Amino acid sequence: MSEVPAAFREIAERMVEVTPQAAALGMRFVSVSPARGSLEVPWREDLVGDPDTGVIAGGVVTTLLDHTCGLAMAAAAGSEPFSTATLDLRIDYMRAAAPRAGVTCEAHCYKLTRTIGFVRAEAWDADKSDLIATAQAAFVLNRPAPAPAS
Amino acid sequence: MSQAAATQLETFLQRVPYVRFLGMQAELAGDEMTAILPFAPHLIGNTFIPALHGGVIGAFLEMTALAQLSVAQPSPRVHKTIDITIEYLRPGRALTAYARADLRKVGRRIANVHVEAWQEDRAQPFAALRGHFLLSSD
Repeated sequence: MSEVPAAFREIAERMVEVTPQAAALGMRFVSVSPARGSLEVPWREDLVGDPDTGVIAGGVVTTLLDHTCGLAMAAAAGSEPFSTATLDLRIDYMRAAAPRAGVTCEAHCYKLTRTIGFVRAEAWDADKSDLIATAQAAFVLNRPAPAPAS
Repeated sequence: MSQAAATQLETFLQRVPYVRFLGMQAELAGDEMTAILPFAPHLIGNTFIPALHGGVIGAFLEMTALAQLSVAQPSPRVHKTIDITIEYLRPGRALTAYARADLRKVGRRIANVHVEAWQEDRAQPFAALRGHFLLSSD
């Protein structure tokens, strides 16, 4: 299976529009496939973290990584309704993004149990083989309680 | 010391555009800083609860560490983040958040920093961060 249902793709695309912080960052949907997702944030003046260089702030990368991990979780859980909460998020910053460059992120939920999802993510500015940051995260999956037996 | 520290902090907060994007502020008592993140609708990540975006919480903790470092280790350039681990203890609610950084070790090039954030009750933190930062020299 390499495709997700069209309905889910629509939900994924809307995820960045209806989340206030994602919308405020100008986050854009890139792609979604089973257990994987990709999002990007184009460069903007007010998102700069180092005024001397014009490099985008680490905090923007943090939020993009977290959000893309959430998308990969949703893509792994499929059509089942659920909500997630981040347990922990570890980020390694390999290098600063290039001045005035946006950031793209790809996340993969490589293991999903009944209650926990384990996700890895990578972020780059221009070239996917030259990463600016990687992330490792664990999410709690809150599935709706089963209906009481009648 | 106190006046110089206050100037350092003010410079840091004013100069970084992303700090203004978040709406983050800080107060200084001696050399101890409390970072403040007033609630704003654009910080929401989950509209149903509503809760602060996990990324915003992480960014707030990271900026708190960098702001405290700018006070303790003044430098004309911004210090760089090497790695951070963010622990989420409770949802960040639609309220003002506070954070304080503890500089566990400040070496010649590397600093190890712990940060804790809370909302209504200091004893009930909702998130924490541990991280390493590369110190810029003059």
